[in-house]
Amino acid sequence: MSGASLRRRFEEIAEEGRAALVVYLTQGDPTPSASVDLLVAIADAGADVIELGVPFSDPSADGVVIQAAMQRALEAGGGLSSALGTVRAFRDRGYQTPIVLFGYSNPIFVRGVERFATEAADAGVDALLTVDVPIDELAELHEPLAKVGIGVVPLVAPTSTPERIARVSDFDPAFVYYVSMTGVTGSAFRGACGGAERVQAIQAATKAPVAVGFGIKTGSDAEQIAAYADGVVVGSAVVRRIASAGDPQSACSSVAELVSELRAAMKR
Amino acid sequence: MSPAAKNGRFGQFGGQYVAETLMPAVEELREAWEALDGDEDFHDKLAELLDEYVGRPSRLTFASRLSEKLGAKIYLKREDLNHTGAHKINNCLGQALLAQRMGKRRIIAETGAGQHGVATATVAALLEMPCRIYMGAEDVRRQALNVFRMKLLGAEVMPVQAGSKTLKDAMNEALRDWVTNVEDTYYLIGSVAGPHPYPEMVRDFQAVIGKETRRQILEKEGRLPDALVACVGGGSNAAGMFAPFESDASVRFFGVEASGDGIDTERHAATLTRGRVGVLHGSKSYLLCSDEGQIAEAHSISAGLDYPGVGPEHSFWKESGRATYLHRTDEEALDALELLARTEGIICALETAHAVAALPEVVQAVGKDSTIVLSLSGRGDKDMMTVAAARGVQL
Repeated sequence: MSGASLRRRFEEIAEEGRAALVVYLTQGDPTPSASVDLLVAIADAGADVIELGVPFSDPSADGVVIQAAMQRALEAGGGLSSALGTVRAFRDRGYQTPIVLFGYSNPIFVRGVERFATEAADAGVDALLTVDVPIDELAELHEPLAKVGIGVVPLVAPTSTPERIARVSDFDPAFVYYVSMTGVTGSAFRGACGGAERVQAIQAATKAPVAVGFGIKTGSDAEQIAAYADGVVVGSAVVRRIASAGDPQSACSSVAELVSELRAAMKR
Repeated sequence: MSPAAKNGRFGQFGGQYVAETLMPAVEELREAWEALDGDEDFHDKLAELLDEYVGRPSRLTFASRLSEKLGAKIYLKREDLNHTGAHKINNCLGQALLAQRMGKRRIIAETGAGQHGVATATVAALLEMPCRIYMGAEDVRRQALNVFRMKLLGAEVMPVQAGSKTLKDAMNEALRDWVTNVEDTYYLIGSVAGPHPYPEMVRDFQAVIGKETRRQILEKEGRLPDALVACVGGGSNAAGMFAPFESDASVRFFGVEASGDGIDTERHAATLTRGRVGVLHGSKSYLLCSDEGQIAEAHSISAGLDYPGVGPEHSFWKESGRATYLHRTDEEALDALELLARTEGIICALETAHAVAALPEVVQAVGKDSTIVLSLSGRGDKDMMTVAAARGVQL
């Protein structure tokens, strides 16, 4: 598995004539062992790519739903070491679904970028998305990760200038994550800012697949975005289901149900 | 203004570690700040406000009895005499004028003890700008008086329930507001922290402290001081005092951190002394965190020093050896607050008291009969309830 194979996966899905379903969950919520079962349930229900959120004490780009998930995860022993263990356990169960580690940079810098790169590659991580490392600072992560075959996923926002969007291609991204509105995760869905036209401009400038996220909660939200994007990211809606389930087992079935619904809605 | 380092780095420290959504806003701010270089109209306006409104220049008071006691010439740079009672207003005025110039409609800020919040609310009232202050719910409870002051000044105070409910969480929430309202909102950061250009910009607005000190000490002593001493939380008063002396090799810098219950306990805020290099709130610097990179809760009796990060330039000065960083406990700070009160008749802020407490060690380092300037960053009125409680006095 690698950044390159994740990129190929997007291309294969595009050839099938549909958009990729990218599902986010916070590692360690409600417990690290439940996370492995949730990954399996999400993969079995048809997710194409999984973003595994690494819990962080100070998630300044996240809304209340993911903040609370990270708090629960940290109390249950989640974190970067634990997340690498979750990925390894998922791979040990024979699953090839691409995994993007998603989070904040401090745990990686404190661990040491090179050590992290080696361990992440060994665990079976395909790519890394750090919300607080814009393209201006991304080289210090990109280079050591590229050496072990792990890709990076840069973010593009509604505020990103054409000049900044063009620079994204320097990192040969596995895919680009278009944050479809200004705000934190889990905000109300108002449609993707700029819509199809904006996404096409990003595809053209970055020469990479573009997944759209932020605020997408229902099948109809996903269907609307899937009409023009290469991928649709659903995060807070999944995390909310995990939070409201009484136990890990019902969390798995509730999340699987949502993922199947989303996947069905996205069929073209 | 000093020339901007284009990459915003102090050695390996600093940088711009923020969400992509904020990057264009951070760049817009950098450009607006760089454009102030040589903008006489801006600097005249700021100088006039610092003079007429803040009451600058602040005095450089010779502390005769303290000097006698310590065997060195101690001068106090009296930021406590500024309007609102601390150095914070220097930065707030500069940034709020800049926000106005950039056409921003509203101001947001974070505050710990409430001093930066009060200074921001003050300036927002003066310049007629709507203002929202984020403050950890725990701090709102501990600092009820400052919450009332901010509201009286017309600011909206938002208690933050997330995380440890203190300063770092208030800063996270301010970042969330900024990312949501990036078009019309100016984030007025209170220390030399955050993404570039904040650390340089806040230092430059606070450099009025060091520039005045330089002129005043030359008038009084005919020479530069041997040492400068200032407390360091985020480090804005220290950076403002030190920076104008950076190329004067004979002037030694001493920053004093808070070691709370003790440097070998879990409860301290001595980031430079005990931290490691990481990223928090937009810049790479020393910070307090676990092996797993989770940010630790800092502790100090002084709310203004109670922060698990520190400005990146201080990390650079530590690594380069330009500055020496010491630390003092809650108890030592309380003793120093009483010492200054009884020898000089000045009740300083608990933050400042950490620097006062380190004076004997500084005298030892630079020698008897040396000349030392202490940045008296704020007055102690805000801390009287805390001091009384720590001394077992019921008010």
